[in-house]
Amino acid sequence: MAPHDNRRPFKRAAISDQQKRRELSLLRQAQNRRDAQQQARCLASSILSLQSAAPESQPEQSDIELETVPEAEQESEAFSKDLDVRQASKLRGPEVRKWFARQLMLPEWMIDVPDRLAQDWYVFARPAGKRCFVVSSNGTTVSRQRNGSILHHFPSALPAGAKIRDGSGSAQSYCILDCIFHELDQTYYVIDMVCWNGYSLYDCTAEFRFYWLNSKLEESGACNAPSHYHKFRFSAVPVYNCDQSGLHAAYTGVVPYAKDGLLFYNKHALYQTGNTPLALVWKDENCSQFVIDTDGKGEIPSQQQVVLELQDDRKLVTSDDPPVLFGCLDGDIIEKSGLHTGNLLRFAIGDGGLSFVDGKLEKADLIYLGKSNRARAFADSYSKVLFQFMVRHSPLKIDDLLASINSANDQEKTPSDIEMVG
Amino acid sequence: MAMEVTQVLLNAQSIDGAVRKNAEDSLKQFQEQNLPVFLVSLSGELANEEKPVETRKLAGLVLKNALDAKEQHRKFELVQRWLSLDGNAKSQIKACLLTTLTSPVSDARSTASQVIAKVAGIELPHKQWPELIGSLLSNVHQLPAQAKQATLETLGYLCEEVSPDVIDQDQVNKILTAVVQGMSSSEGNTDVRLAATRALYNALGFAQANFSNDMERDYIMRVVCEATLSPEVRIRQAAFECLVSISSTYYEKLAPYIQDIFNITAKAVREDEEPVALQAIEFWSSICDEEIDILEEYGGDFTGDSDIPCFYFIKQALPALVPMLLETLLKQEEDQDQDEGAWNIAMAGGTCLGLVARTVGDDIVPLVVPFIEENISKPDWRQREAATYAFGSILEGPSPEKLIPLVNVALTFMLSALTKDPNSHVKDTTAWTLGRIFEFLHGSVVDSPIISQANCQQIITVLLQSMKDTPNVAEKACGALYFLAQGYEEMGPSSPLTPFFQEIVQSLLTVTHREDAGESRLRTAAYETLNEVVRCSTDETAPLVLQLVPVIMMELHNTLEGQKLSSDEREKQSELQGLLCGCLQVIIQKLGASEPTKYVFMQYADQIMGLFLRVFACRSATVHEEAMLAIGALAYATGADFAKYMPEFYRYLEMGLQNFEEYQVCAVTVGVVGDISRALEEKIVPYCDGIMTQLLKNLSSNQLHRSVKPPIFSCFGDIALAVGEYFEKYLMWAMSALQSAAELSTHIAGDDELVEYTNSLRNGILEAYSGIFQGFKNSPKTQLLIPYAPHILQFLDGIYMEKDMDDVVMKTAIGVLGDLADTLGSHAGSMIQQSVSSKDFLNECLSSEDLMIKESAEWAKLAISRAISV
Repeated sequence: MAPHDNRRPFKRAAISDQQKRRELSLLRQAQNRRDAQQQARCLASSILSLQSAAPESQPEQSDIELETVPEAEQESEAFSKDLDVRQASKLRGPEVRKWFARQLMLPEWMIDVPDRLAQDWYVFARPAGKRCFVVSSNGTTVSRQRNGSILHHFPSALPAGAKIRDGSGSAQSYCILDCIFHELDQTYYVIDMVCWNGYSLYDCTAEFRFYWLNSKLEESGACNAPSHYHKFRFSAVPVYNCDQSGLHAAYTGVVPYAKDGLLFYNKHALYQTGNTPLALVWKDENCSQFVIDTDGKGEIPSQQQVVLELQDDRKLVTSDDPPVLFGCLDGDIIEKSGLHTGNLLRFAIGDGGLSFVDGKLEKADLIYLGKSNRARAFADSYSKVLFQFMVRHSPLKIDDLLASINSANDQEKTPSDIEMVG
Repeated sequence: MAMEVTQVLLNAQSIDGAVRKNAEDSLKQFQEQNLPVFLVSLSGELANEEKPVETRKLAGLVLKNALDAKEQHRKFELVQRWLSLDGNAKSQIKACLLTTLTSPVSDARSTASQVIAKVAGIELPHKQWPELIGSLLSNVHQLPAQAKQATLETLGYLCEEVSPDVIDQDQVNKILTAVVQGMSSSEGNTDVRLAATRALYNALGFAQANFSNDMERDYIMRVVCEATLSPEVRIRQAAFECLVSISSTYYEKLAPYIQDIFNITAKAVREDEEPVALQAIEFWSSICDEEIDILEEYGGDFTGDSDIPCFYFIKQALPALVPMLLETLLKQEEDQDQDEGAWNIAMAGGTCLGLVARTVGDDIVPLVVPFIEENISKPDWRQREAATYAFGSILEGPSPEKLIPLVNVALTFMLSALTKDPNSHVKDTTAWTLGRIFEFLHGSVVDSPIISQANCQQIITVLLQSMKDTPNVAEKACGALYFLAQGYEEMGPSSPLTPFFQEIVQSLLTVTHREDAGESRLRTAAYETLNEVVRCSTDETAPLVLQLVPVIMMELHNTLEGQKLSSDEREKQSELQGLLCGCLQVIIQKLGASEPTKYVFMQYADQIMGLFLRVFACRSATVHEEAMLAIGALAYATGADFAKYMPEFYRYLEMGLQNFEEYQVCAVTVGVVGDISRALEEKIVPYCDGIMTQLLKNLSSNQLHRSVKPPIFSCFGDIALAVGEYFEKYLMWAMSALQSAAELSTHIAGDDELVEYTNSLRNGILEAYSGIFQGFKNSPKTQLLIPYAPHILQFLDGIYMEKDMDDVVMKTAIGVLGDLADTLGSHAGSMIQQSVSSKDFLNECLSSEDLMIKESAEWAKLAISRAISV
């Protein structure tokens, strides 16, 4: 039995570069395997969504039996709304407009402060500009505004966003981003991520979507300065937890874009198309140039104006689901102006204002002005009308928001607030 | 029945090659014709006191080689062969072996000891030869000293050979009693005492129960400590080796003895001969290892639980331990830096000091700083070197806040010493220390940077200058540059190294061309540093990295020119090709990662591939691992176009997959098959028959290192995903291999290493399932997979219930559940609903903190809800 040698490595790094090369190779291979897997899975999802999208044009069927996994019901329904870019690209004219308009998540206006703002919500400064969907697929990128019209058609560094000699790029890969185009610096500010590299994020919480957005966007090179294959710069916006300091940062913080109010996103909410109370917009003069709505000439009208939809029984309603009734239109105006069901009409709110009973709208003093701009796809929402009304009369101030966060803090410290269950 | 073998054995040691060859052949023939008689004859030769000592020894050696081999599969065969050998023959052999233990010839005894241990290693686990230990120990006290020594030596070898669980506690007690008595100071014979001390080293692993008994442990520890004071240096050394082993095996039992051990080790370090002093230092290094592990476990686990508590021995010993170690630093040998194999007390002491720093952190700093200040500017190079080494040693462990002020003061001094100190040894250590500074205190982890725009230029100038110094100093300077570059990784679009990039690359290339670049692994260090500089480069320098491509290609081309190389030259050529392929791999990976640079790089693809193929052609039977790795990177960058290289490349791919001996090469090749599958997609079909056949063969082989098997399974998935329903051809074979591996890997019983291996095996299996399901998706042949679904769900249930999945497996497993639902649709719906734990598993993954798991789970949820709703 010879003596045992216990010599140790001397002045040597613990790992050799060759070992490092091996490990980095393995890492790359694992990553590529994951990507391939992911792509296969997403291809599957988009084909499936095409199948389930077909019967959607008929009245919604709700008799699917799902006794065992009730929570799955919502999921699969939400999924059937998932958009398929290739399918959408075949649509023409007004169909396109409606279809795209339906795909965006539209925040309600903040007319009261939600509970647990600090715990459950994000806040960020909304860039002023054109809200649009940016879709990259098949080597090109298209941005469409809310009304479906094309804003830009361009190459980008988004996955599948440019035609670059690259054998590996798959035709099935695509991205959908919810953006605001900011004219001044010609930048697309990404406020939400709906699909990334063929992977749908509709069913993911805002928390996850924002995480994904922050890690993937930068990685793709889309945030780089414009170049031949990348015509516009993309940028993420700084998102904060809506606590005291986060709200303060979003409200006063310096950002490279002109602010247009603050957006509040509930962390647990999925990407829901259409109006949702789980995303809210709020603004005042300090963080927006456009607090009070302007008219076609860019001037603030002396009276608040609203756009409502005419229904077949002469009822005037908002774009909410279900719609909120604002009043009825005189039969002779309808005849005189040749109005039809579904028309979007512009009204001023008269001195009578809006009256409420138990927090519900009871009566509105509406003065008919005429048909709305043709570019409008929807009537105003209830929350928008109310927010505008409040802005003119008793606005919700930033101090109210801060106070609500503070009082929530106080409450949490108060032991007597513990709920008794015994 | 024994035969006369003396003459043949003598001939087998002849200096005449022909005679020797003849003898070896006849031994082989004899063995093949009649194994039992052959082995009995050998044992007879060994036992026969009338035979010459050299044939007795050789007989024993041949016998030993008939029982054991290095390669696992060969060993297995030999074990089976011995077990099935005629019982009579075995008895005769064993009798001869035991007799030999009492031989007056020491070489014969020693050989017999080793052979007995080998036989025991085979038989004891099969409950055979139960009387062995009894008969060895029966009259150990009455034996003459020589026989006693041989018996103890046999016990030592035996403990090395068999695992503790095959010997019952009663026999363990007897062995330990005999061994410890043999060690004690009352034993007058030095050889006996030495044999006993060395035997204890091997027997310590058997002494769990005895170390839990206070009285027995006290006794063992007392005897070991006494042995460290023996007048015989070999006994002192062996006794310290025992202490080292005890420090890691029984760390938690050491508290009562630690003070005494400190005194003993301190005396040995200061006064004893070097082999003893080295072991004494190693004791403290080993304690550091233990405490670092324990504290890491504390840190990683919020509960603060650890199986073993930390006794903070190092912290307590610190005020005495550190001065002792600092003293050792002054005992350097001249030219130790030129000698690759050197290991002396200064090196051991410095290494231990570094471990102490990692164990206690900030506390070490005030104890070492005065030593540095005292010695750093002394005229004696030993003092300057020791001070520098001490400084370099404590740079890992203490907090940056504590170290940065020191480094800010020292940096200028170090840079000046590296250029101006007259002593090469001091410069070597200074360059190494600079490397440690950059490794631990430079980069994004540190808040206040030690390198500013002002001194960056100076640092680089000094390092590049030092690369022209002697090979050992230049090698350390390359190392320092490596960490300097590493610290600037992820610094954003602009790196402070950009202005120097060209100059750095040029200097490194110059180093690789130095005539003496073969010494002190200088050439390797230069290429490794070049690799790191490329890895950490930014877009700004991408054009310069592109310029490097033809340069390295030319270097590689030059290695292919030489004709008729000697084996020594061939080895050097192969090593250089490895470095160059490694460098190209790093460059390909870097340039392939962004579209614009990949596009430009692609103009070289054909030529590079041509060079790689020529590198392969340099050898006849093996594949160059580095070239294979580089081809993987190239395939990824090239995509489907890689198909044009396949006709020529395929034979090397196959060769790589067949390389069981160098399993790393095999593993790397398996990974490259994955790269190629993803690059070629369905274009890989023409090669699938060959690849799949080889992979299945590899799986069923017991000669292939087990670590290659998980990647082979993952590779099934890669291929299936690439070729889709074409995989049908291999489905039955692949599924049956997967199924049996799945059964084996559901339950884990074993140590951490086995748990880790089993999880990697599970992950491979699951990745294969994922690839197969996704590959078959939307094909008319989906129903082929239905029969396999119940087993897969059972496997998922099984590993879920075991609760020992790691995060990677969890993510892959929940993904498989989704893939199964996605591909099989309604067929899967009811199976999933009926499965025991799918729902719980899904919910657990959905609420996981790990985003990768969550992401896979979201996907699975979607797929399952669809499968159920159809």
